[in-house]
Amino acid sequence: MGMRRYSMFAVAREALRFHAGWERAWKSPEPKSHYDVIVVGAGGHGLATAYYLGKVHGIRNVAVIEKGWLGGGNTGRNTTIIRSNYLQDPSAAIYEKARSLYEDLSQDLNYNVMFSPRGLLMLAQSEHERRGYQRTVYANNLQGIETEWITPQKVKELVPILNIEGPRYPVLGALYQERGGTARHDAVAWGYARGCSAMGMDIIQQCEVTGVRTEGGKVVGIDTTKGAIGCSKLAMVVAGHSSVLAEMAGFRLPIESMALQAWVSEPIKPAIDVVVMANLVHGYMSQSDKGELVIGGGTDGFNNYTQRGSWHHVEETTRALVETFPIISRLKMLRQWGGIVDMTGDRSPILSKTPVENIFVNCGWGTGGFKSIPGSGWAMAELVAKGEPGPLAAEFGLIRFREGRFIDESVAAGVAH
Amino acid sequence: MLILHCPYCGVDAEESELAPGGEAHLKRFGPGSSDEDFEAYMFARKNPKGVHFERWRHAYGCGKWFLAARCTATLEVFGTYKAQNPRPHPDIVAAVKAKRPGWEGWK
Repeated sequence: MGMRRYSMFAVAREALRFHAGWERAWKSPEPKSHYDVIVVGAGGHGLATAYYLGKVHGIRNVAVIEKGWLGGGNTGRNTTIIRSNYLQDPSAAIYEKARSLYEDLSQDLNYNVMFSPRGLLMLAQSEHERRGYQRTVYANNLQGIETEWITPQKVKELVPILNIEGPRYPVLGALYQERGGTARHDAVAWGYARGCSAMGMDIIQQCEVTGVRTEGGKVVGIDTTKGAIGCSKLAMVVAGHSSVLAEMAGFRLPIESMALQAWVSEPIKPAIDVVVMANLVHGYMSQSDKGELVIGGGTDGFNNYTQRGSWHHVEETTRALVETFPIISRLKMLRQWGGIVDMTGDRSPILSKTPVENIFVNCGWGTGGFKSIPGSGWAMAELVAKGEPGPLAAEFGLIRFREGRFIDESVAAGVAH
Repeated sequence: MLILHCPYCGVDAEESELAPGGEAHLKRFGPGSSDEDFEAYMFARKNPKGVHFERWRHAYGCGKWFLAARCTATLEVFGTYKAQNPRPHPDIVAAVKAKRPGWEGWK
């Protein structure tokens, strides 16, 4: 334990002694020879898994192994959007669990994740979209998720810079989630890491997994660039590299790794205080606290591990958003980046047992990873601790691909990636 | 931008005139096969980090399906070949081996 809490009093105390008393937010130990649970991947999902293993299930002899730096994968590469307006019941349940945990995550972690429930709009720009989103609103209301259908006039009130009159795709209304929004993505990873470290867990960075050791169909440990480490249970939470890790353990996943890009404009004064998703033209936009417009587009259609995407996506999405928000037409693009997303056929995640006993996999979040971090970690911790999925993870097992019980969100979420 | 040579019409096609078609050389399991085989055929993918064989269609060109060998870790293209090949063409295998001496070969 021994984590010094952040508070107003701590700031005052440190102000009086030249800020000499701040300690590192998490420790960087060398690996021990054996852990009860090893989580591979110190991104948001992996760290949240470890955090709830300790906090909810009391399992604290845990290591989180990371080949790069903490939160340097998709956790540091997304557009920070949080929402739970999904159509299917299992998705709505786990994404809403995540969104509701985000509500007081800063208090829970004693780390400001800057959750900003500023409201989120999904524009309907065709008759199909209008009907689809109205259906989602009805479904959400039955699921206990607060969303509403709003008129074009209300859209214009919320987003004055939006051109609702087309010409090509007039806005016919929007699916509005008032408590959707954004959070500071790095802080989510850092906050969970600090919480894990305070519980005595080991976060080991710059340590790549090179092999998975099994005996009699059971996992016994992993080989890494820092040597062999034993474990009783192994949680694979590595998003884009899930297939690579699964290959080491001797099974295949229904996953394709692809590049997804985002980019930001130069910073401008506050212009938009909600998140707008225009899925028909395939772009989404919000404004960061620094003033940059944060823009996301679509995935490439082919396998890619390079964290670079194709340029034509940037052009297509920006072109569409310039039609939607005419005032952005003269802004310069400041920077662009890519992450490797793990896409499943039904665009829903996998939280599952695997063919190897005591190996559990949490992947397939694809383009929806950041928003789901707390819920994913919560459900994964339950799966790892008990060896069986709880109610949140129950429908997301690998078995659904054999049985044809897909949780089809590729159309329902309105996200055409 | 990814550029692939279409082995049918001979055009060096840019990515925006191509449509990706996923993993190549899958063995089809249809009605009458076991659940395991059908599931693997439908969903389980190699998704390798490194040498990969893929289907592509010259969608905004001659319209033909063809196959390509590519490295997913570097985006390097080793070559393309016609879709009638049930396994990677020997010339392509040689081209991959020349650039990736440690490559285990297509399985």
